[in-house]
Amino acid sequence: MHIPDGFVSGPVNAAGYLVSAGVVGLALAKANKSLEDHQVPLLGVTAAFVFAAQMVNFPVAAGTSGHFLGALLAAVLLGPLNACLVMAIVLTVQCLLFADGGLTALGVNVFNMGIIGGVLAYMLFAAFRRLVPKTTWWFLFSAGVAAWFSVVAGSVACAVELAFSGTVPMRIALPAMAGVHALIGVGEAMITAVTLSAVLASRPDLVQAWPGPAAVTVHAEAEV
Amino acid sequence: MKRRMTWFALGSMAAAIALAGLISPFASTFPDGLERVAAAKGFIEKGEGDPAWKWMPIPDYALPGIKNGSLAAASAGIIGTLAAFVCGYGLARVLKRKRTHRLEE
Repeated sequence: MHIPDGFVSGPVNAAGYLVSAGVVGLALAKANKSLEDHQVPLLGVTAAFVFAAQMVNFPVAAGTSGHFLGALLAAVLLGPLNACLVMAIVLTVQCLLFADGGLTALGVNVFNMGIIGGVLAYMLFAAFRRLVPKTTWWFLFSAGVAAWFSVVAGSVACAVELAFSGTVPMRIALPAMAGVHALIGVGEAMITAVTLSAVLASRPDLVQAWPGPAAVTVHAEAEV
Repeated sequence: MKRRMTWFALGSMAAAIALAGLISPFASTFPDGLERVAAAKGFIEKGEGDPAWKWMPIPDYALPGIKNGSLAAASAGIIGTLAAFVCGYGLARVLKRKRTHRLEE
């Protein structure tokens, strides 16, 4: 889903940079205030894991592949704003070292994958989580649903940006992008759930969203 | 507690490096979702101009100078994984340390 240079117009790229810079700035300020000791290595490890997992493209259908995104996984592990930082780091490394995703499109790429995948999808996760029983299975299921949504919603945002740029009409881009990514999202959901279950089995204390958003609130109050 | 975190970090990094170094050479080479749509809907050539950033050391996830394709991909993957860790850990440490200093003042 990494947009290269040339797909998206100047104004759309500028808007992408503006919004992403704002949210990343907010995330930096929040992390500066409330990052915990154990989250320092965890942030590095999560960025490394997301980068590595993004390299492994899996075939989905008819000559198309997809790869893991990792934003929702990062959000469940570290919180939504820290997930934006992780995704911004991964996307910048990919852009500057590997020419994956254009430099002009870095803003929209951070928006599509970091902000939609990390923040918007996390909101869905948190809302879903309140409705289901507080068991590990339902926790993983909620994360899977939100992970699927993160990929599809990111691809919809990508289609909207392409359409606003005059690259391809909305009625063509939207169903094509959402259709392919509905399949890729199934892989995202499975990888997210499997990885989270491995972390929950070994170090549940590292998962910020575990056992649920309620605990996160108590934690936030304790910090004040 | 601190030692446990080090072991967890080492274990996770080993998993990430295994993914990037051992599994990624066998990744699907089919175009991804966006590339596929771009090719099918006729706008892929818009992205084929010169990139805005021209100084990338490892274009297309293959370390230059290594003839064996799998080896080039594996080394590129390991370098990228370590780079992502260094950036993430470094940024988190800077953010964390600045706060500690402020509290001490």
